[in-house]
Amino acid sequence: MSLIHYLVLAGVLFVISIAGIFINRRNVLILLMSIELMLLSVNINFIAFSSYLNDVQGQVFVFFILTVAAAEAAIGLAILVVIFRQRKSLEVDNLNELKG
Amino acid sequence: MIEYLLSGEFYQIMLFYVYSAILIGAALAVVTMRNSIYSALFLILCFFSAAALWMLLEAEFLALTLVLVYVGAVMVLFLFVIMMLDIKVKAKSGMSNYTKIGLLVALIMAIEMILLLGKKLVGVLPQDDLVKHAQGHSNVNEVATSLYMKYSLPFELASVVLLVAIIAAVLLTLRRRDDYKIVNPESQVHVKAKDRMRVVKMDAERGNNIGGEE
Repeated sequence: MSLIHYLVLAGVLFVISIAGIFINRRNVLILLMSIELMLLSVNINFIAFSSYLNDVQGQVFVFFILTVAAAEAAIGLAILVVIFRQRKSLEVDNLNELKG
Repeated sequence: MIEYLLSGEFYQIMLFYVYSAILIGAALAVVTMRNSIYSALFLILCFFSAAALWMLLEAEFLALTLVLVYVGAVMVLFLFVIMMLDIKVKAKSGMSNYTKIGLLVALIMAIEMILLLGKKLVGVLPQDDLVKHAQGHSNVNEVATSLYMKYSLPFELASVVLLVAIIAAVLLTLRRRDDYKIVNPESQVHVKAKDRMRVVKMDAERGNNIGGEE
């Protein structure tokens, strides 16, 4: 089992979450979840390289990514609650107020 | 042959494929499920299998952190928000234009990545197996040494990021209601005696003599 296995896995995960962002028109929540999945695939890459190169810096970096991702999820969900209070729906197609 | 099947190496490879299959299946379920609660539950499964894969890569500290932080905190927050908001799911049939474009983009990205991994990087990537550590090797020790010695300033900055996130989340979801009955301390302090009591001049009232006695 080599590094390439983990790279392919992370690539597949990333592509799935990209497709999820495009496919999903019903719910902003699932869009946030796709972003979390994307971050997870990037983290898998970081940890795989860190282990195979025997360099712990990659793992430290993943630690910081986890911190930022947790902050991002908290703020994203707060924005989502505010949107839902004003609009009573979370459909992506309805969120066109900023359209030029 | 039998010896190989019973060896630890084969077991590791089997574990890798099983967890990867669960991870990819759960990720597909996350993006295709109609009900967002199911999506969130499958996302928990995703994080859990990813943590197992990180264990295989001997990154034990981060695997446990992923379970604690993501499954324990972030996904509970997600589930909490989903259950708090009363989301109506409308049934939509057929593929929209966005779906077609999205699948096309995903396909192109997948092909690009495969080309890159297949041709260009094969000579560059480290080909040998995972570095085998000694029996008493501690991943937590290694990560902590790097985190607190070399990256102590970014570590402090990360705590500031979390603090800003807390304040932002509280401020965004704070609701100021007009029908709230609260006492304003400022007006309480600045009140004057003449605001408190008003002397009204008026004629004396006659009492009700219901009894009828003069």
